[in-house]
Amino acid sequence: MELTRRSALAAGTAAAIAPLSRARAQANTIRIGVLTDMSGTYRDNTGPTSAACTREAAAEFGASHGFTVEVIEADHQNRPDVGSNIARQWYDQGVDMIVDVPTSSVGLAVNQIAREKNKAYINVGSATADLTGPACSPNTIHWSYDTYMLAKSTGGAMVRAGGDTWFFITADYAFGHALERDNAAFVRAAGGRVLGQVRTPFPGTTDFSSFLVQAAAARPKVIGLANAGADTANCVKQAAEFGITRRGIKLAALLLFVNDVNGIGLQTAQGLVCTESFYWDTNDKTRAWTQRIIRRTPTNYPNMIHAGCYSATLHFLKTVAAMGVPAAKASGTELINRMKATPSEDDCFGTGTIRADGRRLIPSFLFEVKAPSESRGPWDFYKLLQTTPADEAFRPIAEGGCSLIRS
Amino acid sequence: MLDLIENFLGIPAPLLFGQLLLGLINGAFYAMLSLGLAVIFGLLNIINFTHGAQFMMGAFVAWMLLAWGGLGYWWALLIAPLIVGATGVVIERLMISRLYKLDHLYGLLLTFGIGLMIEGVFRNEFGSSGLPYRIPPELSGAWDLGFMFMPIYRGWVVVFALVCCLATWLVIEKTRLGAYLRAATENAALVQAFGVNVPRMITLTYGAGVALAALAGVLAAPIYSVNPQMGTNLIIVVFAVVVIGGMGSILGSVITGFGLGIIEGFTKVFWPEASATVIFVIMAIVLLARPAGLFGRA
Repeated sequence: MELTRRSALAAGTAAAIAPLSRARAQANTIRIGVLTDMSGTYRDNTGPTSAACTREAAAEFGASHGFTVEVIEADHQNRPDVGSNIARQWYDQGVDMIVDVPTSSVGLAVNQIAREKNKAYINVGSATADLTGPACSPNTIHWSYDTYMLAKSTGGAMVRAGGDTWFFITADYAFGHALERDNAAFVRAAGGRVLGQVRTPFPGTTDFSSFLVQAAAARPKVIGLANAGADTANCVKQAAEFGITRRGIKLAALLLFVNDVNGIGLQTAQGLVCTESFYWDTNDKTRAWTQRIIRRTPTNYPNMIHAGCYSATLHFLKTVAAMGVPAAKASGTELINRMKATPSEDDCFGTGTIRADGRRLIPSFLFEVKAPSESRGPWDFYKLLQTTPADEAFRPIAEGGCSLIRS
Repeated sequence: MLDLIENFLGIPAPLLFGQLLLGLINGAFYAMLSLGLAVIFGLLNIINFTHGAQFMMGAFVAWMLLAWGGLGYWWALLIAPLIVGATGVVIERLMISRLYKLDHLYGLLLTFGIGLMIEGVFRNEFGSSGLPYRIPPELSGAWDLGFMFMPIYRGWVVVFALVCCLATWLVIEKTRLGAYLRAATENAALVQAFGVNVPRMITLTYGAGVALAALAGVLAAPIYSVNPQMGTNLIIVVFAVVVIGGMGSILGSVITGFGLGIIEGFTKVFWPEASATVIFVIMAIVLLARPAGLFGRA
């Protein structure tokens, strides 16, 4: 037998799908598929903790609503072809909703399939704001964050603080391009200038020192890191090593999760600003919820994607209960429309509304990473700098170019 | 002269020198990793696809020594290669040694599989977002070279890698032990007939090759994210380096390692998007022109 990741995946997918055929006869079961990165660079930011949060939502929702809930999970390996195959098979075999799907290229591919099959799709993990812009769909909701929101919060704050000349280090794929584009727009709109950018191969780049030195040579006030995961961690580590931050150039980690900070270490990450829509240590409800989650994932605290998988699943199940299972299974578009018509409500985000283009509106928080001396214990990483209210955090509906919106 | 470079290439000379230096540093990692691969292939005829995972293990053992045992960088530099090398010895005795009579392909598949399993175990245990490991205080800081800031630690990496490569070369080319190794590569049965314990020598050679990978891992821990995938990206490049240099050629792999590091560094300036591909383009050209590699014997 050929020993490749592909064959291993095929076996894994088959194993994940097998129980479905048995269960297909039970029309009274709602099935949720967590399609995520189980083996790659975004595993801690999404992955098993996303699945755990989805299961927690199903468990809390309970079995007293006249239907049972089944949660399955699979690894898309950050590859659009692999993700599309699994999504297609899942929907054909009775999965009612797919949730998470990090990595924008995969998130956009699954978006197409959900629409083709008229099923429900709640994207939490992908960043690209195109999901509610040119690629918007009546079957899709974009749940926790997007590139526009990150750009407005992090980018906007840095420009206001005097960082008006930028150089971008950009991961060379859909996500990096979208993040750079949205940030550059904010920098220019605020009267700043973009001095240049360098596109780094993804995946496959480990050493960023060359790109960092090129960026520093352009003498910007801010180096914008339009990348994520290990790429960002490597950039931050190496920027400190090359004394770039000591020379007064600021780093903007345009997408940074609490899990990345844990990986980089406070000593190196201190002082970075970043944006999330959820932080575990925000209030009593988020702290209590986090305690429930880390029972399932003791080494990885939940971030805004994980909290989003919980919150999205809960809202989805409440809507199914209100509609009735047959109606919910009949049309993904109807189901999504009903979800849009009701505000979401949960311990992680409080109340959120969902716009006609599929964008969920919640506040975004600008955080600064604490210094080691300020941190009181494990995962005590952020201090809140600023809150952008829900109605200002995201791109105005008219500017997205979504075809669902009649102007 | 500087003006000439600047006018000719359209890139400021300081930037160019900086990139030359950075390329040399990356080349140091390529050289150390391809050295281990070349030593293993030279004697065992095994294409060791576990090498990336063993590089990663070196970095992780360094982290464990610090986090669990309180032993810092300098101890890790000594102990991590020994520990990871010992696991290499176990793997060679239990599994690889059973494949010597078979085609290369079996050894390749076996070591590839072992590598995937090791990475999977580390990913399950430690997640994917990495672990923090700091530059030792003695080597932190940077020199201002005028044209760029040179972190002291990176200078140390280049010097240390050069010394390691030179030492390995001396052992193999100039000592009695090295003479046995080279003789066993040519004709194992004959060397065994002279009373040399060839199987043990092979086992220890594999252990030493693995230890070199782990040593590179310890060197990498303070500057790269210490995560289970850290070897995956690097190892594919390193295989290309070995193929370009000539399989089994020790001097070839060292020179090619440094040389390709520099070429890759320049690509990052002139055409950043292609920097992950340039080495493979060179590999294709070399294979067409000299199938045995630049320093290999046909």
